[in-house]
Amino acid sequence: MRIGVFVCHCGSNIAGTVDCKAAAESALSLPDVVYATDLMYSCAEPGQAAIEKAIHDYALTGVVVASCSPRMHEPTFRRTVERAGLNRYMFEMANIREHVSWIGKDKVANTNKACELIAMAVAKLRNDRPLHSQSFDVTKKVLIIGGGIAGIQAALDCADGGIPVILVEREPTIGGKMAKLDKTFPTVDCSACILGPKMVDVAQHPNITLYACSEVEDITGYVGNFDVTIRKKTTYVDWDKCTGCGACTEKCPSKNVPDRFNENVGLTTAINIPFPQAIPKRASINPDYCRKLTTGKCGICAKICPTKAIDYERKDELINVKVGSVIAATGYDLMDWTVYEEYGGGRYPDVITSLQYERLLNASGPTGGHIKRPSDGKEPKRIVFIQCVGSRDKSIGRPLCSGFCCMYTAKQAVLTKDHIPDSQSYVFYMDIRAAGKLYDEFTRRAVEEYGTEYIRGRVSKIYPDGNGQLIVCGSDTLLGQRVEVPCDLVVLAVGINASKGASHLAEKLRISYDQYGFFLEGHPKLRPVETNTAGVFLAGVCQGTKDIPSSVAQGSAAAAKVLSLFARDKLENDPQIAHVNAARCVACGKCIRCCPFGAIREEEFRGQLKAKVIDTVCQGCGLCTATCPQGAIQLSHATDNEILAEVNQLCQF
Amino acid sequence: MQDTPLNIVQGRDLSFIREVEAESGQKVSNCYQCGNCSAGCPAAFTYDLQTNQIMRAVQLGLKDKVLNSKSIWMCLSCSTCSLRCPNNIDVANVMETLRHMARRENRVNVPVMNKFWLSFLNTVRAFGRSFEIGTMVLYMLRSLRLTTDVDLAPGALSKGKLGFKPHVVPDGGAKAVARIFRRYEERARREGVRP
Amino acid sequence: MSTSMKIGYYPGCSAKGSSLDYELSSSEVCRILGIVSSEIDEWNCCGSTPAHAVSTELSAALCTRNLVQATKQGADIVMTPCPSCLSNLRHARERMQNPEFKKRVDELLDEPAPEVLPEATSVMQMIGKLCSAEDIKSHVRQSLAGIRIAPYYGCLMSRPAELMNFGDPENPTLMEELLAACGADSVLDFPLKTECCGASAGIPHRPLTSVNSGRILDVAVKMEADCICVCCPLCQMNLDLRQKQAERQVNAKFGIPVLYYTQLMGLAFGCDPKTLGLNKLIVSADRIVDRIRALNTARKEAQGGNAA
Repeated sequence: MRIGVFVCHCGSNIAGTVDCKAAAESALSLPDVVYATDLMYSCAEPGQAAIEKAIHDYALTGVVVASCSPRMHEPTFRRTVERAGLNRYMFEMANIREHVSWIGKDKVANTNKACELIAMAVAKLRNDRPLHSQSFDVTKKVLIIGGGIAGIQAALDCADGGIPVILVEREPTIGGKMAKLDKTFPTVDCSACILGPKMVDVAQHPNITLYACSEVEDITGYVGNFDVTIRKKTTYVDWDKCTGCGACTEKCPSKNVPDRFNENVGLTTAINIPFPQAIPKRASINPDYCRKLTTGKCGICAKICPTKAIDYERKDELINVKVGSVIAATGYDLMDWTVYEEYGGGRYPDVITSLQYERLLNASGPTGGHIKRPSDGKEPKRIVFIQCVGSRDKSIGRPLCSGFCCMYTAKQAVLTKDHIPDSQSYVFYMDIRAAGKLYDEFTRRAVEEYGTEYIRGRVSKIYPDGNGQLIVCGSDTLLGQRVEVPCDLVVLAVGINASKGASHLAEKLRISYDQYGFFLEGHPKLRPVETNTAGVFLAGVCQGTKDIPSSVAQGSAAAAKVLSLFARDKLENDPQIAHVNAARCVACGKCIRCCPFGAIREEEFRGQLKAKVIDTVCQGCGLCTATCPQGAIQLSHATDNEILAEVNQLCQF
Repeated sequence: MQDTPLNIVQGRDLSFIREVEAESGQKVSNCYQCGNCSAGCPAAFTYDLQTNQIMRAVQLGLKDKVLNSKSIWMCLSCSTCSLRCPNNIDVANVMETLRHMARRENRVNVPVMNKFWLSFLNTVRAFGRSFEIGTMVLYMLRSLRLTTDVDLAPGALSKGKLGFKPHVVPDGGAKAVARIFRRYEERARREGVRP
Repeated sequence: MSTSMKIGYYPGCSAKGSSLDYELSSSEVCRILGIVSSEIDEWNCCGSTPAHAVSTELSAALCTRNLVQATKQGADIVMTPCPSCLSNLRHARERMQNPEFKKRVDELLDEPAPEVLPEATSVMQMIGKLCSAEDIKSHVRQSLAGIRIAPYYGCLMSRPAELMNFGDPENPTLMEELLAACGADSVLDFPLKTECCGASAGIPHRPLTSVNSGRILDVAVKMEADCICVCCPLCQMNLDLRQKQAERQVNAKFGIPVLYYTQLMGLAFGCDPKTLGLNKLIVSADRIVDRIRALNTARKEAQGGNAA
């Protein structure tokens, strides 16, 4: 074998604390190394050209680049060696930046460590074998999970691009949180007016199949070929027959049902349609409150329904679909703010969340768009908004900024003045984060034109004064004085978590998530809508906090990713997968049980049962190789021999 | 000197920051100045510097500003600030640390508070247990506030709430307590700080 | 009520003076509930706020001596009615686990303290731990039903949360549970239950106490409480003895009785108000006593009437 070693300076990133020239020279003493040099920027065009030239000039059969993490540039260098005629897997990378130069200052020690890592990479390369991908068919259909604005946008873009879309929504209607909003910042245009047309487009688009009241039960397979099971939860109403006329909701005698769509301010009926513009506009029964379902006596809705759509016996349905790609757009939920006992822990009716306030402002909300406080229905005159409730608060394990609260609080203060001209709003804030287009101008308008009083400081306590008012105890840190505001209503800008159940879904999708349940993108800057699972993309707040424009942009971005994936008729697999040595396999079946992808099955081989890896399903995780008691399964490009060669090399030092 | 601008380079005492952090065990740079400590402070209206301003001054190493403040003496040690601090800083602990530091350097800017504490501790030293009327009398003499709480005396006395005679710890216990005080004061003198 | 745990009782100085009534009522309630304890020999003042305001080490030395005394008489745990004493005892025990701190404190003591010191707890927590609601109910002779009670814990009982271990530091509920076991059905959700009353500042800086106590009294009165229920001698003094000062400060009339929870429990157990020290309250609690009696009589008659 003829190996070339290239040690990268990465400008001063590596060369600042590693003697790259010495490292390259020391590599020359390693077996099979016929050429070694140092390069200023190996990933840049001149660097790559130098590698290609060396391959030709020195008839290299394998290449080691000692530079940065393989995460970004391994694909770059694999393409480089491929262009020069080598197999792309006859390449190894030693990470002497993240693992060496960035973490130590001692140049001698760093250089030694770099030499060791290079020696290990050479040892591995000497055991590497050329690997080849296989190609397979793609199912050109996409599953979109979540019908909020991000999911809607992704669905419409995919559908317009000619891709059949399966849109799954957990709630009885699509629209997500945006459907609950009254107006949107910074333009103060009506949320329903701009969202409504898109929701209708979803309902009418020939390429979109919508499953509301449904959740993803299970998902197996791999990019290009996912098998999805969708649970269509029973609504006790046959939606093929239901016309959404609403006769049932008028006659339903169970009228004290907490209204989920209205964030539990106000009540609804046991059979209901969430709001007038719901898509699909279909009735569903809340089984916890339906008299027929809880006591067996009632049945009024079934009697009244003109299309005979009510069916109390109706069960959940399971639907199987095959898709080639998945977009998760599951959005967010508010964190449980009742941990703030100093704000009453949820016991004071007139301390509400901003989303609840949004429903009070909304003409389709429980008060018909008249702001009435929950305790006694009075119109509040003095309203206090408190920001960062459950955000930027390490004491409850939530250091994150929820991102959009500053803006909607300003919007709500503006709307309050519009609704009640003789009202006065106060906003307790720490910093006003208004970085979007026209955002800062908007918050200034709230102060300058609408007279909103901004008070810089956190609120320590809220208590009812016993006379029907709430006392908000804060401080004005700019003034250096405690501040008390007696008021009629307190609106909390409650921080956000990923949507309830997001972590379970992440496990089904085999994608990572953080402590708040937000899904992890492929790269924080450069792969914002991809995940580390091929074919699974992200859109909207499920990936991290963002406002409507950003969610829409990400919905479109995820759709573009799907469209580009589906632009090819065939996909290639990664050949770094498991292989069974049939001679050693004793068919114990342990590998089959431990494989998280269902990629191994038993097959007859010369009259005996043996484990067999399905090449296109295997993701190369290596669990089976670690489990196999016989050492019969080896992971290509990480075989026992290859790993031991590295270890042996290291142990020589 | 409020008028002169603070020279942010030369006006800081960095060792003071380290001392406060070491003695209180709190990292003052964790404070992001939300003002929650001030917002909930029951003594805030008596402060010359609000709690968050004290924290800010410690962050900047403004030793004189902090140790000469009245606030550190008016703090009631109710620890509402610590309980509600979003950054888990034990602010009450910082306040107490500053009070201890100021006392050791003989900077006592609210003498009445100090006089009251000393009056209380004098009775404990004498009898092993605190003695309410004794504390009052000593305090009135020390502070020359001879009418302190006289409005309460008739009620308290008629209800038998205040005993005229101190409760002395029996069996030599009082002496043991006095020895604790003696050793404490001797050590303070040895270490050259105000006890 | 029997337990193998040996309890050392630490009354605290105010028990022998301004909170004699707390001492009377809590020992009476403990006696009825069968909680046996023995007073720590030669106990001394914990140093209260003045000691720790002056020096953490002095405070710890005073407290440690008490814990050592308790150990000497074989106590497994120390129990005190006073939250301020409890806070100091617990702080001292915790800080003494730091060897450097312990060394400094040992220098102040006659002899170095043992490595392990007994835990301290409040009388309230001890009752909560040893007696079930059923146990307490079995002693109730007249229910507290119908009395509007504002439960007030003060700032020390529940914090620091990690040290005091008293439930949610903003919203403790043990007092309410004990009162409920005594039949109380109108205990208010009192929003200021853990706000500071102004503590020991009453003497050197009166407004500091009257402003804070005044707010607590004001909200309790506006919420139409019949009485405030407390568990801290200092809070009781500020809200009761200093109630007139608070009235002048906030320009209002309150006249609301401030009882220890043990006094209310004792009333429920049918004790003579005098043995509970109710005569020592500055704002008379007679109308509470009368109201409890009247409501119970009325209920009995109503029941009797139904039976007949």
